[in-house]
Amino acid sequence: MLELRRVSKRFVGVVATDEVTLEVKSGEIHALIGPNGAGKTTLISQISGTLPSDRGEIRFAGRDITHARPYERVKLGLARSYQITSIFKRFTVLDNLALAVQARSGSSFSFWRPVSRETALTDEARSIADEVGLHERHNALAATLAHGEQRALEVGLALATQPKLVLLDEPLAGMGPEEAQRMIDLIDRIRSNVTVLLVEHDMDAVFRLANRISVLVNGRLIASGAPETIKADEQVRKAYLGDEVAA
Amino acid sequence: MKRSLLVFIALLGFPLVMSAMDNPFYVSFASRVIIYAIAATSLNLVLGYGGMISFGHAAFVGAGAYVASICIAEGVTSAWLGWPAAIAASALAAWLIGAVSLRTRGVYFIMITLAFAQMAFYLVNSMKAYGGDEGLTLPQRAELGLGLDLGNEVVFYYVVLCFLAISLYGLHRVMQSRFGRVVIAIRENEARAEAIGLPVYRYQLACFVIAGAVAGLAGALLASHGKYINPNVLHWLQSGTLMIMVILGGVGQLWGGAIGAVVLLGLEHVISDYPIPWLAAVAPNYPQHANLGVGLVMLAIVLFAPHGVAGLLSRRRGA
Repeated sequence: MLELRRVSKRFVGVVATDEVTLEVKSGEIHALIGPNGAGKTTLISQISGTLPSDRGEIRFAGRDITHARPYERVKLGLARSYQITSIFKRFTVLDNLALAVQARSGSSFSFWRPVSRETALTDEARSIADEVGLHERHNALAATLAHGEQRALEVGLALATQPKLVLLDEPLAGMGPEEAQRMIDLIDRIRSNVTVLLVEHDMDAVFRLANRISVLVNGRLIASGAPETIKADEQVRKAYLGDEVAA
Repeated sequence: MKRSLLVFIALLGFPLVMSAMDNPFYVSFASRVIIYAIAATSLNLVLGYGGMISFGHAAFVGAGAYVASICIAEGVTSAWLGWPAAIAASALAAWLIGAVSLRTRGVYFIMITLAFAQMAFYLVNSMKAYGGDEGLTLPQRAELGLGLDLGNEVVFYYVVLCFLAISLYGLHRVMQSRFGRVVIAIRENEARAEAIGLPVYRYQLACFVIAGAVAGLAGALLASHGKYINPNVLHWLQSGTLMIMVILGGVGQLWGGAIGAVVLLGLEHVISDYPIPWLAAVAPNYPQHANLGVGLVMLAIVLFAPHGVAGLLSRRRGA
């Protein structure tokens, strides 16, 4: 579904991603792990199009999207969530989600009809809010949500675009154990409809969810394979997993 | 909505009261204020709702003013031709300027819009056939037909008031629509808007063009009102004045532009025409420096009422 071929990004003096070749297959949860500064978020931004790649090719659903604008990638079915929460803080939960639904359904060059009367948008926003566990916060301003709720809305925004593939950048970041469990359940639930590329530091979650795991260290992909293979990989252990998993 | 209606009913009665008090000057003055209110409202769409800090809005007012004036000077006196031409010219100018400027952000956007407007200023300065830097005096106002004589101050007042009502109602409706929702979302979080699949550039450009078109209408009205136009209508000070109106009145508030126009032009008039005796005794020339007073009010608004006068009014209502 998603293919990266020798994709690179270099910032002044730093090689952020270095000839990364990676394939995410339809229907899988593919985890991307690696130590801090390994280039995971850079790679996500290259895939979503917010950072142009210096070299390499990105193909999605059979098309070359290397030079496509971010919104064009979303239209093709490639959505992302952010590691640092990025929502419309002065909108309510429903308005946040309705906007994402609106972006996908029909033109927004409609200047006269009040959007609040489009019940189809709000209905769908409501069901997504319920899906991500915000049933009681429909009309709360996004800014007033608790951290975990904002993270849920963050993921909800990505899902509201009805992606074929969703890039989740550390969805569990800063969450308490209960919230984290709910998020893990959510990701587990959506796997039947959506392919997932998951960047995550929580190894329990990664090994519980992932069909395949790729390991990024210093911008290079050092291993890619089934969770058991990765767990047993000597190079990966040395570079990243350490004793955490061995124990 | 109810309050807006009440304000308009009061404005409908204004010329009657002024005629009764034998004060026709104020009808003409009010028309000028209303025209500026329309221009400032159009800037508020870009600046307040869209979050695009355009420092060249006078270019669109000026384009409209000049196109409408040239029509009259060339003998095309019908408002039905001149005003749509002014609107179209300003929309086109906004499209061209916006298409380039909106590729930049932040300070660069402010500077590039300013630069375009100044280029337009020097362009009309050099148009010798239409008065150049001396400006263009018109033999008459545009003609509306329908038995309405725009040369009559009261009729002219009602016509511009009608345009203000349409502008404000339009702004109100547009901001509730899909398009308005998108424009505000882009102001709030541009990167996220793009990441949920919205082509940010296109929506910003559309917003910029709509505002430019409305500014063009205000320019056409302004030209007819004074029967005289000069390049200063495109000067950057004019862009600054419109920005000050929006900030005074309330950035991103429906009535922000209109209130700002009333406050700013009202203050200027009061300071220069009604000298305070004790202040005049100390500083005899102070009424010529009305901007000082305006500056002080501006300072107070920015410090104590960040949502402008409109924000103050709606806060009181909420309490």
